[in-house]
Amino acid sequence: MHVPDGFIDAPVSVATGAVAAAAVAVGLRGARRELDEQAAPLAGLVAAFIFAVQMLNFPVAAGTSGHLLGGALAAILVGPYTGVLCVSVVLLMQAVLFADGGLTALGVNITDMAVVTTVVAYGIFRAVLKIAPNRRRTVTVASFLAALISVPAAAVAFTGIYALGGTADVAIGKVFTAMVGVHVLIGIGEAAITALTVGAVMAVRPDLVHGARGMTARRLELRTGTPATPGRTPAPAASPVTARTVTAAPATKDAPATPAPGAPRRSARRVWAVGLGAALLCAGVASFYASASPDGLEKVAHDKGIDTKTEDHAAKDSPLADYGVKDISDARLSGGLAGVIGVGATLAVGTGVFVVVRRRRADADAEAR
Amino acid sequence: MGAGHAHTLYRAGHSPVHTLPPQCKIAAVFCFVLVVVATPREALWAFGLYAVLLAAVAATAGIPAGLLLKRLLIEIPFVAFAVLMPFVAEGARVDVLGLSLSESGLWGAWNILAKGTLGVAASVVLASTTELRALLLGLQRLRMPPLLVQIASFMIRYGDVVTDEMRRMRIARRSRGFEARGVRQWGVLAKSAGALFIRSYERGERVHLAMLSRGYTGTMPVIDEVTASRAQWSYAAALPLTALAVCLTGWMLV
Amino acid sequence: MTGPAATPPSLQVSGLAYAYPDGHQALFGVELTVARGERVALLGPNGAGKTTLVLHLNGILEAGAGSVTVAGLPVAGANLAEIRRRVGIVFQDPDDQLFMPTVREDVAFGPAAAGMRGAELAERVHRALDRVGMAEFADRPPHHLSFGQRRRVAVATVLAMEPEILVLDEPSSNLDPASRRELADILRSLDVTVLMVTHDLPYALELCPRSVVLSGGVIAADGGTQELLCDQELMREHRLELPFGFDPRSVTAPV
Repeated sequence: MHVPDGFIDAPVSVATGAVAAAAVAVGLRGARRELDEQAAPLAGLVAAFIFAVQMLNFPVAAGTSGHLLGGALAAILVGPYTGVLCVSVVLLMQAVLFADGGLTALGVNITDMAVVTTVVAYGIFRAVLKIAPNRRRTVTVASFLAALISVPAAAVAFTGIYALGGTADVAIGKVFTAMVGVHVLIGIGEAAITALTVGAVMAVRPDLVHGARGMTARRLELRTGTPATPGRTPAPAASPVTARTVTAAPATKDAPATPAPGAPRRSARRVWAVGLGAALLCAGVASFYASASPDGLEKVAHDKGIDTKTEDHAAKDSPLADYGVKDISDARLSGGLAGVIGVGATLAVGTGVFVVVRRRRADADAEAR
Repeated sequence: MGAGHAHTLYRAGHSPVHTLPPQCKIAAVFCFVLVVVATPREALWAFGLYAVLLAAVAATAGIPAGLLLKRLLIEIPFVAFAVLMPFVAEGARVDVLGLSLSESGLWGAWNILAKGTLGVAASVVLASTTELRALLLGLQRLRMPPLLVQIASFMIRYGDVVTDEMRRMRIARRSRGFEARGVRQWGVLAKSAGALFIRSYERGERVHLAMLSRGYTGTMPVIDEVTASRAQWSYAAALPLTALAVCLTGWMLV
Repeated sequence: MTGPAATPPSLQVSGLAYAYPDGHQALFGVELTVARGERVALLGPNGAGKTTLVLHLNGILEAGAGSVTVAGLPVAGANLAEIRRRVGIVFQDPDDQLFMPTVREDVAFGPAAAGMRGAELAERVHRALDRVGMAEFADRPPHHLSFGQRRRVAVATVLAMEPEILVLDEPSSNLDPASRRELADILRSLDVTVLMVTHDLPYALELCPRSVVLSGGVIAADGGTQELLCDQELMREHRLELPFGFDPRSVTAPV
């Protein structure tokens, strides 16, 4: 998705350049705050990691393979500020060193691929964690959702930029559909890879996952005794080694619950995956074969002559009206895509509603106590 | 997507282009591309002139034409989009070779192809005549935030190290009979990616502590400087200024 | 008659305990004192926690319990800048240490960070590279050097700061015999306190009169290197083994 020069006109390129510059400046400040003196080498190494992992081949089937964009992964592993920074550096270096992506299109590319993906992913990630209990396995689920939404979000952002400064006369509806449709699918791949990778890091170094801060605690044991001196007559049975426990500072705020052993971390993810898959299948494919005959309500209205008074729905001119996508003439493709987009949007809105409700409930509980 | 473009384009040489201070080159190329993007697409002759200009710079720098052309292959996804455009765009239709194509679509396709190609060519000229280190020093001279330059510097220094680790992991996997064929194997690949992250992060920590151990206080000590004389700036400015003249003429004639 | 004020020991570690982030505890109360000018080998099997201990010496790792003092200065917060000048650590992987684009810049990094510039800086760099025999390689990028050469440049980067104590983590690992000897010659010629983490026992015998054994997360033995290597039961107890055919009694160890 590296946009070349000339794809977006000069004024918008400059404007997105300013946006990108501002975002990177914010990222720099935030990274310095998050990583302190370690900012330069850590962010550099993380950027090197992102650069390398973007080249990792994830085979899908029959010769096609997927690649990671990395915005969501970066946000979850190192936090939003450092994440934006690292992906931006990767994009910058790709443009300057490898001529990958136009120099004047850096603003567009950074805004679209570094800023939007990372920020959206982090937002969704934190939102999901607020709803679900703060446990390690929810982090994987949250990562999945974060990455899933972030990719189409980038596509939406791109369409927006294109609407403002695209140099070609293609209907916005077509661009929107094509971009978002394809990227919903890519998002699924990115989501799976991101969730699996975050899970892998959590298993070994949960303290490195920025999104999972505060979920670890430890105690320390001290052993005392005198060291042996070599060459002397063997010391009497080694001085009893006494053990004391010392709690390490800093203690964590959360109750140090030992992580639930072996509770099937898979089950939540599997449910989500199956549910999502089923929803997409129904909306995207099965819907076409649904009957076009009027359903119960409509039929009754027609028989009784009530429907002569119906008014056109206010949103009838929207690009997704009538469960189809405007400008795509092939009914099956149109309906399918509309369904897929609908599922994605519902998921996002539904998640958002849950967040608000949950927060209100938590506030109410806090007050009630 | 970001895949496979890990080979730097730098070609050593002693041409006048190579010896120009990096900040001059970066600024010149950037302004040049900006001018190209701002040129009206109807001024076909202008783009021809731009191509000639770039070719002249490339020739002075001793960049083989083959390298330039090979790198243009990067553009393929957008070439595809450009080719589609006349079929997909709206507006008045014209007849070309028996096909009914959108006129604005044709112009749009031309616009993208011409400007995109010139952009890539300009970037290649910059990258092949400027060393990594010099590029970063140049960016720093151009007021890019020092922290950003440091991060980029480490990314480049350790980019190969991390990619090597990834390659070694791949060899280890395959030596134990693992073949990544489909989605089922993603778990293993993701574990490699996770391990790679941990290793990279820990290496970053070790590099940091090596820096600290030698007195790093948050800002990179200044060891090398690149300064540019007025003459060098003027020499570099020749490219974008000529382009600007072409562009303005283009606007006047349109 | 009052004796001269005793110079504080180069290194003093008391009751040091530490656990890794995943919960595994590595150090259970380490007690270690190294006097000025001594050369001490820190021995122990793989996984004993030697590198972990080293990382506490300049404040990289923060102790869960206990303290570390370098030449009288405690390793904590405000002192870290000075501590890090005094404690020169040469890590096992030279790639971690050579993070600049050229050798010269890497060696210059330390003094430049302390404010040195111009001719003085260049002189310091040249001297450090000279001491390790790498002066001709000043303008090469690190990845163009062999492993042994990188190891030597890494030592130079630390020497350029003129430290109080030189801590080396497995200095002879992965070096061919000639490079090992060259490095030993360099180390012998230096006038700093040396703490060498190694499981290369002959190397320890060659260079360090005193050895301590880190085992089970504590210092389990402390004494003359030759005596320690000849104490077979002690060695066996802490999983230390001599290389094939090596007889410590046959070597005249330095005092």
